[in-house]
Amino acid sequence: MTTQPAATTGGAAVDVGGVAAQRGPSDAKAARRERLAVLAHSKTFIAGSVILGIWIFCAIFGYVIAPYDPLKTDPINALLAPSSSHLFGTDTLGRDVFSRVIVGARDILIVAPLATLLGTVLGTALGLITGYFRGPVDDILSRIIDTFLAVPVVIVGLLALVALGPSKLTVIIVIGIVFTPVIARTVRAAVLSERDLEYVAAARLRNEKTRYILFAEILPNVLGPVIVEFTVRLGYAIFTIATLSFLGFGIQPPAPDWGLQIFEHYGLISGGYWWPVVFPALAIASLVVGVNLVSDGLSQAFER
Amino acid sequence: MTGAAPTETSPQQETAPALELNDLEVEYRVRGIWRRVLRGVSFEIAQGESYGLVGESGCGKSTAAFAALRYLPRNGRVSGGSINLGGHDLIAMTGEEVRKLRIKTVSMVYQNPGSALNPSIKIGDQVAEVYRLMGVGDDEATERAQEMLGKVRMSDPARVMERYPHQLSGGMNQRVVIAMALASDPTLLILDEPTTGLDATVEGEVLDLVNGLRAEFGTSLLFISHNLGVIGKMCDRMGVLYAGRLVEEGRVQEVFENPRHPYTVGLLRCIPRGGVRKDQQRLDTIAGFLPGLGAELPGCVFADRCGLMKALGSEERCQGTEPPMHELGGGHGARCHFHEQAQTLPRVIEPVPAPRAASDKNAVPVLRAENVRKTFHQEGHAVHALADVEFALAPGETLGLVGESGSGKTTLARTLLGLTEADEGSVVELDGTPLASVIAKRKGEQVRALQIVFQNPDSALNRRFSIHRIIARALTTLIGLSGEPRESRLRELAHSVRFDVRLIGARPAQLSGGLKQRVAIARAFAGDPQVVVCDEPTSALDVSVQAAILNLLVELQGEKGVAYLFISHDLGVVRYVSDRIAVLYLGRLMELGGAETVFEPPQHPYTEALLSAVATAEGAERPRIRLEGEIPSAAEPPSGCVFHTRCPRYLGAICEEQEPPLEEVEPGHFMRCHIPVDELRTIQQSPPPPRPDRARSPDAAAQ
Repeated sequence: MTTQPAATTGGAAVDVGGVAAQRGPSDAKAARRERLAVLAHSKTFIAGSVILGIWIFCAIFGYVIAPYDPLKTDPINALLAPSSSHLFGTDTLGRDVFSRVIVGARDILIVAPLATLLGTVLGTALGLITGYFRGPVDDILSRIIDTFLAVPVVIVGLLALVALGPSKLTVIIVIGIVFTPVIARTVRAAVLSERDLEYVAAARLRNEKTRYILFAEILPNVLGPVIVEFTVRLGYAIFTIATLSFLGFGIQPPAPDWGLQIFEHYGLISGGYWWPVVFPALAIASLVVGVNLVSDGLSQAFER
Repeated sequence: MTGAAPTETSPQQETAPALELNDLEVEYRVRGIWRRVLRGVSFEIAQGESYGLVGESGCGKSTAAFAALRYLPRNGRVSGGSINLGGHDLIAMTGEEVRKLRIKTVSMVYQNPGSALNPSIKIGDQVAEVYRLMGVGDDEATERAQEMLGKVRMSDPARVMERYPHQLSGGMNQRVVIAMALASDPTLLILDEPTTGLDATVEGEVLDLVNGLRAEFGTSLLFISHNLGVIGKMCDRMGVLYAGRLVEEGRVQEVFENPRHPYTVGLLRCIPRGGVRKDQQRLDTIAGFLPGLGAELPGCVFADRCGLMKALGSEERCQGTEPPMHELGGGHGARCHFHEQAQTLPRVIEPVPAPRAASDKNAVPVLRAENVRKTFHQEGHAVHALADVEFALAPGETLGLVGESGSGKTTLARTLLGLTEADEGSVVELDGTPLASVIAKRKGEQVRALQIVFQNPDSALNRRFSIHRIIARALTTLIGLSGEPRESRLRELAHSVRFDVRLIGARPAQLSGGLKQRVAIARAFAGDPQVVVCDEPTSALDVSVQAAILNLLVELQGEKGVAYLFISHDLGVVRYVSDRIAVLYLGRLMELGGAETVFEPPQHPYTEALLSAVATAEGAERPRIRLEGEIPSAAEPPSGCVFHTRCPRYLGAICEEQEPPLEEVEPGHFMRCHIPVDELRTIQQSPPPPRPDRARSPDAAAQ
């Protein structure tokens, strides 16, 4: 077994004397090793992992490391500017913003991944089915997916939460379902290029059950795009949940949620009290950026 | 073929060779270590000369071509030696100078024309772009592009200009790529496996074209191929590359007839040549594997696999001292200490044919097809991919299936297997029992009895599964084995396909192509099948591996009495393995008969043309019959005999009006032709005259 050195010349097609050229793909083992090497050397991936790692740490040990009880009100010390005793200042009820930002990571890092996971599981199943069967099944499901995609996520989420009543569980279910079509579409595209490979035909020639072909044979081969899609959607989920909380339909008070904190204080910005809004906003931004950096790193690694 | 017309070049360039490599060393950096991939390669291509480079994949053929242009991937570097391109020292030049020189002097043509062309740009614009790069104005560029397309024998250049690559066939695309390559009037044209993905007839056509253009343009060729037949047809001189070292070099005829390096001897023995058949002898192979990339090889690079060294007991000399290039006169040279004895290289495989199970011609056919039809419905059109195919396969027999791509070979295989549902009225019988037309409705033992080995083991084996899981799963679903009985059956199976059980935990990507194909064969044999469809099982493999796989298939047939439906475009391979051969054209059986019968006149005019296109390592022994144009579309098959639009033996109106029936012209020999068999026998003594009515159907190339 020999390894043809992988052409690292950017795109596959290059030009020599006016004729486009093409190099063969490297073998799968080298690709996997290379994928890890790409990740290990990817500044994007490393930076993203560090940011994400910090927030995960806060989510787990938030109550331990927070200097104050995030729920304890202290009206006398309300709206103190950031200082050495209150790094990020205090809010209208005198709660420590720094502690609330740290502890606030927990809810969003539970709700967002669970919602994304739900969407990924449903979307992957749907994508496998539509991509594998093609024909009428695909046509009908794809049109339904298109319809779903035409309506803004936040609007659908709002309507559903109004109907179901806001709670962490309903947020997870609603976001999960809203994300399903998008993920299904990505998985479907990956399945389309797998279903015509001969290992699928070989499985059919053993009269394997369709369920086995879909989930045991094809699924492991489309896991790359599924993982990338999961991380991309996770970024969106964080943002969507924060938006819903801001609108009052997500995580409910008095939880130290970031979106909720912004909602509770954004009216005070004009009065110069910027800290109860800006710090949670930065927290959301940094988490979304971190997740997206990880996602970019992963997709670069899987692209090869 | 030899002695091409010289080009009009300046006197200084006239004398310099088109390309000269001197002791070229190339390294690739893989996982942080620089590894030698070319070891002091030297050769020279004179003006107007055609030079062939052969060797197994991974020997450095393509690297040599890229290095010759100083065009290596980013992890590659030239670490020694010199490159002289048309009198210019490439190593001494700056990147920009090299780029400018490349535009003027060299072009390259690659294996896959589909990916060499931009799918979203019209053919005309792509070809014209080459002229524009050379500073020609827009209108003139378009004009010259059209002219160039005419030169590559495009039947209607003006119309082709307006098309996109996906609207043309592979052969036409490759002609477009060649047109682009020749547009800059290069002094050197590098062709890297230009016909590997193409059909035998298209390959013949493309090679004829390149030969014709070489005479016309006086271009020098560097021709890279693993197909010795193609090299024999195209080249004046050739070099044999092994592990980055040129082990033998000389005039093509000389090397073929009098090879002086054991590797060349071995390669030549691997291919089924001169009509050799499975019941006459086994094919020889080359034992072992290519050394790893950049391995330290102080002695002869081939020593590890050399049977001659072992026979002579010369390990010390062969592994310790690098043999020099022994000059044998007439430019023939070989890097072997014992080149005089090279041809006494002991065979790896004894030539005695594999024992065969006695096949009873009168037994109930194991597989019988009658009236098999398949119609695809595309955008309202009915495409008749198969029309009334019928044949019977005796137990333990091999039926070869040949025809151009688009002739319905694969559709027939998929229909028989139940992967594609046949039309109503089609009959497929296994052991005399009718089979359901879709696999899901077939019984367990019927599913087991009919299996397939696919062309490409890379996509036929699930890359996420271990070899153990792949084979074990087949044993579980096909014959319901589990636990210890399954393990022992698995070991037996691995043993019978000569697969090392120690590799059973590996993933497909960790194995070589030959080993992967053995796994695919083991999987097909898991349920003791009666019929195995082999769909181009060796065309993705190197010749030495191909020989081993063919031997294995023949041996398994002898042991288990399985019948094969063997699909291949390599006619030498089909002739080697088949007992009978069926020739398919546009989904219709044109000829069916014993393997030897089909290969000799009288034969169907289509078969005649198909065989004449084959490039063999012995040199062309029959005059080439050119099939005009592309295979017609199955959506609108020609009236009467479907082959009449391209038939070299076209009779007249009857061919256009009536479809000839498939008749038994001799015992066991069926043919679908209006010409009586005795007349065919007489007229096929000489090549066909040009068709008088050719002007009447210029549209034969229509899609």
